[in-house]
Amino acid sequence: MSNRVLRQNRCAFSGVNMSSFVVENRIWDPAELMQRQERAALQLERLRETVARAARVPFYQKIFEKDGITPEKLKTLDDLRRLPFTTKDDMRDNYPLGLCAVPRAELARIHGSSGTTGVPTFVGYTKNDLKIWANLCARFLVAGGLRPEHTVQVAFGYGLFTGGFGLHYGIEEVGAAIIPAASGNTPRQIMLMRDLEPDVLICTPSYALNVAEVMHSMGLDPHGMSVKYAHFGGEMWTEDLRVEIENQTGILAFNNYGLSEIIGPGVSGECAVREGMHLQEDHFLVECLDPETLEPVEDYAYGELVITALTREAMPMIRYRTRDIAAMDPCLCECGRTTRRMSRVMGRSDDMLIIRGVNVFPSQIEEALLAVEGTAPHYLIEVDRPGALDEVSVKVEVNPGFFSDKMSEMQDLRDRIDRKIQGYTGLHARVELVAPKTIERSAGKAVRVIDHRLTRK
Amino acid sequence: MKIHQLSMFLENKPGRLSEPCRLLADAGISIVTLSLADTQQFGIMRLIVHDWEKARKVLESAGCVVNVTEVVATEVDDQPGGLAKILEVIEQAKVNIEYMYAFTFRSGDKAVLVFRFNDPDAAVEVLKAKGINVIGNVELY
Ligand SMILES: [Zn+2]
Repeated sequence: MSNRVLRQNRCAFSGVNMSSFVVENRIWDPAELMQRQERAALQLERLRETVARAARVPFYQKIFEKDGITPEKLKTLDDLRRLPFTTKDDMRDNYPLGLCAVPRAELARIHGSSGTTGVPTFVGYTKNDLKIWANLCARFLVAGGLRPEHTVQVAFGYGLFTGGFGLHYGIEEVGAAIIPAASGNTPRQIMLMRDLEPDVLICTPSYALNVAEVMHSMGLDPHGMSVKYAHFGGEMWTEDLRVEIENQTGILAFNNYGLSEIIGPGVSGECAVREGMHLQEDHFLVECLDPETLEPVEDYAYGELVITALTREAMPMIRYRTRDIAAMDPCLCECGRTTRRMSRVMGRSDDMLIIRGVNVFPSQIEEALLAVEGTAPHYLIEVDRPGALDEVSVKVEVNPGFFSDKMSEMQDLRDRIDRKIQGYTGLHARVELVAPKTIERSAGKAVRVIDHRLTRK
Repeated sequence: MKIHQLSMFLENKPGRLSEPCRLLADAGISIVTLSLADTQQFGIMRLIVHDWEKARKVLESAGCVVNVTEVVATEVDDQPGGLAKILEVIEQAKVNIEYMYAFTFRSGDKAVLVFRFNDPDAAVEVLKAKGINVIGNVELY
């Protein structure tokens, strides 16, 4: 990834909230306040245990034998860099549960990731893994305002996807009441929200926007709803989208991060300061590497997250290449947690589009669109190479709040979008204004990019 | 004496024009006149209809983006020089026209000019002072 892209996005790293706490600051687990030195010692101890467990997995055993790796040889945390990477392909090669380190009888649950790019991958959990996972989810939920007296509507899919069950047991751990609404059926979600008056909503950010839209079309005002906080995850989103959702609904939105290959939600989450997500570093060793050289990037610079799970029994994961691009903030946080914070994920090293030699992330185009007044955040990027050169078009839905009978104003809107995209990405895109609700909505992950170059032979 | 005009965003694709017209027809709303401004990629349809409030509801509930603006309609003899006379009055009064369109109705011997002014109230004053017939909703329908 070019440094230009990194610098351009540095500004997107700081949160919108300049003051301190937006909710009362409470800590769920004293481990979040551990002295850094003490935590580092614990990490090293757990890293050795992880290597010992991984040695029971044929895939790791072979590599460890070849490279002469044993737990005793890990003297400092820097020795982590001697360990091999694990990729999604390694998981596929060991389909379905070849990376498990425990006998099948010890598994308590199996989750999987959606096979958007081919074969699904499965992840096993022992009973103890599930206990730790619930605790990790409880930590970020409490950091983001959840209290035992609350009611939470979970509008995540309950199934192989880790989001639904992961958050569910975290909420249960905290002691709040759960409405397991699961995903989809927006009118029913709204009915539940209206009649059962939850305090907290859990879903993807794009789905929250969809719910607000449907509420408006039903003549309901989202500001009149009981929901005070939302914990969003499951897809990439931007700081501008947070402002958009909060303005449209009056909900305070918190970000959290996780991935099924590592555990699911619970790797990191925002505290009341909302300037980065606290990494649960007593359970995960997180590196931020240049995706091409695989060398560590500096603090605050964007790189690929590479995560080693330190306490997973069923499936120890060593240096998993997440493909998620984010930056690290080592500063101590006002909230008292001593863990490092990560920025929101601003792209996938896989999704990075290389257009006419320029690295572009869909999130940059999203930020550009939101920066133009009157543009709804529904868009579709299409890339094609009809001749020798790449061409980009961005379809943008006309916002009912911004439509003029004057052609000059509509052309001006299009030109402003064009200039903003150029400013954010350095690329000229063909901007097409399209009628509202013509870009397909989804209850889960939104399709933002279609790369036609991939389907041209 | 201003008239409510509905405008709609349309994608420049086959069938996009007939859709709203069909919606209005099904709702029993007749269209007095219609004008289109378009680019290669999208267009703006401007409509003057009977019962604009109902029309707006019908179109919006079908998911269309609808905008209501006040326009000024004047009647002019359908003969050489009719338009020029009105435009001269407007030019002399230095009132800015955003866009305009014309149509004939009823017997056909009179044409109606529809103007979108930045300041419709000021424009109506000027036109009336010069003895130009400004038409209201009632007369037009
Ligand atoms: Zn904090």
